[in-house]
Amino acid sequence: MRRRPAGPLRSRFRPADLLPVAALGLRSRPLRACLSALGIAIGIGAIVAVLGITRSSQADLLAQIDRLGTNLLTVADGRSVQGREARLPVAAPAMIGRIDGVEQVAATAELRDVNVYRSDRIRRVETGGLSVRACDARLLATLDGTMLDGTFLNAATGRFPGTVLGFEAARTLGVTGNPGGPGAPAATRVWLGGHWFTVVGVLAPMPLAPELDRAALVGFPVAQRLLGHDGHPGRIYVRTAVDATDRVAVLLSRTADPAHPEQVDASRPSDTLTARVAALGATTALFLGLGAVALLVGAIGIANVMVIGVLERRGEIGLRRALGATRAHVSAQFLVESLVLAALGGVAGVVLGVGTTIGLAHLRAWPPVLPPESVWGGLAVAVGVGAVAGLYPALRAARLAPTDALRAG
Amino acid sequence: MTATMEPVLALDDVRKVYPGSPPVAAVRGVTLSVHAGELVAVVGSSGSGKSTLLHLMAALDVPTAGRVRLAGHEAGGLSDRGLSGLRAHLLGVVFQQFFLLERLSAVENVAAGLLYRGVAGAERRRRARAALERVGLGHRLGHRPTTLSGGERQRVAIARALVGEPRLVLADEPTGNLDSATAAGVVALLRQLNRDGMTVVVVTHDRQVAAAADRRVELRDGRVVRDSGRDAGPGGGDRP
Repeated sequence: MRRRPAGPLRSRFRPADLLPVAALGLRSRPLRACLSALGIAIGIGAIVAVLGITRSSQADLLAQIDRLGTNLLTVADGRSVQGREARLPVAAPAMIGRIDGVEQVAATAELRDVNVYRSDRIRRVETGGLSVRACDARLLATLDGTMLDGTFLNAATGRFPGTVLGFEAARTLGVTGNPGGPGAPAATRVWLGGHWFTVVGVLAPMPLAPELDRAALVGFPVAQRLLGHDGHPGRIYVRTAVDATDRVAVLLSRTADPAHPEQVDASRPSDTLTARVAALGATTALFLGLGAVALLVGAIGIANVMVIGVLERRGEIGLRRALGATRAHVSAQFLVESLVLAALGGVAGVVLGVGTTIGLAHLRAWPPVLPPESVWGGLAVAVGVGAVAGLYPALRAARLAPTDALRAG
Repeated sequence: MTATMEPVLALDDVRKVYPGSPPVAAVRGVTLSVHAGELVAVVGSSGSGKSTLLHLMAALDVPTAGRVRLAGHEAGGLSDRGLSGLRAHLLGVVFQQFFLLERLSAVENVAAGLLYRGVAGAERRRRARAALERVGLGHRLGHRPTTLSGGERQRVAIARALVGEPRLVLADEPTGNLDSATAAGVVALLRQLNRDGMTVVVVTHDRQVAAAADRRVELRDGRVVRDSGRDAGPGGGDRP
């Protein structure tokens, strides 16, 4: 049986003395301490930065989605099973408009074999990748789009050879400035389907309907009169009440073409943005893994430095034992030293990660978002790593017999 | 009550065998009592077992057989924590290599002597200053060990050993790293402290140091071969 000492003869080490004593080892070799904390700093910095950057860019996307709304649906003509064009019935827009929860409907149709050129001197093959679409006047309101210049088509201009150009189409055709407005050339015209069309407006970019960015829009009446369109819509944009989107989406195919619902594609353009948000979350895992590897390397570095420290400071350990330190006191000293080292690395890493996030968010014009859990989580992980890394060296220091320690010193 | 009657240090047929093949018997049956106020020199050539004996007296190690009593407390059978407690409260040790912490000032080094007694920092420093005054280093309080001479360093180490007013100060070759003039100063200091009531055991192979002690215990091959104060009873160490 091992007896414990009488109360008055117990070794006592005040908790308040633990930190200064532990810091002593770091103060003795500041460069080594900094270098071994660097690994932790890089690991934590990478993790905090990845979380911050991901969250910031997600916040940017979400803000974009918020601005554009998720209550826009499109109905497009699919292709029939035989591979022929499946046109939507002429009545489709009206039918869709009757669904409960639908707020606005606008039909468009891509005019095949009709192209738009800057003038009649351009060779026919140089279409510039632009399309010509017929649309009705409600399109702008349905898409909640804005005009860069001029006005959109209305019931009146839709009857005459006037066109509104998408953002990219206007650039491609060299229509800049203020078409039709004061100070513009007398008439900005484009050669469209073998007729001169006057440009009445230019659209701002449409993130939810990118197909319109490269299109020249004309009214349905003029399309039927001059460009040989049959009046069937090809793509219908549907704006629903915010809480009715899912319900309407289910009904769209059947309502648009009751005879061939399988030929109709109904989609939600904001889904692509939502998917990008999710995709960002997925790539985060990869970078977090890299951060974890850096942390592991940092932990090994700290453990290494601590083991070397224990070997070098055997004399000090022996002295402390001679002064009355117990094994627990010695191991606590080295464990806390490792914790302090890792915590310093963690603080540096958090500063690094936060700085990187704010810097990059500033460059990309994202709203800088720092998940608070990544900040305190980063510190907690650093301290945890320090505890694990310091455990073995601390136990080794404690196991050292006082007599051996003094002889080695 | 018994503490005044009992020797500060009592070794009773103490043996220490280091395991191995063959096992090494470093101390082979040492019986020795040191009473309060004595200045004892344990002398012997290297390999005589005096380092092992010092470790046993300093409660840094436990004997293979026999009994070690420190101020009435049985060291044998104590756990590591128990031995640590004896070291913290009853003993002060001075080493040949000083073992000063280079990052700390003289006063902080001396204050470390009270670190494992649970004494608060301000009180530790106050007592450390007093201890440094006592060894004649009152003017060197804030100096780092690297800016002190060898003799001054050993004085700092002695101050650290006595700052806790231990029952027994053990010195392991305290002059081993010093030139003879400086060594004489350290020996004089130990004598002075002893005259002031400190019980001191010096382990040394230096005859000059041994000559300064009232009582010499000579060790050879792990056994006491001569003890000039063997017959001295309690109080036998009193100054003439």
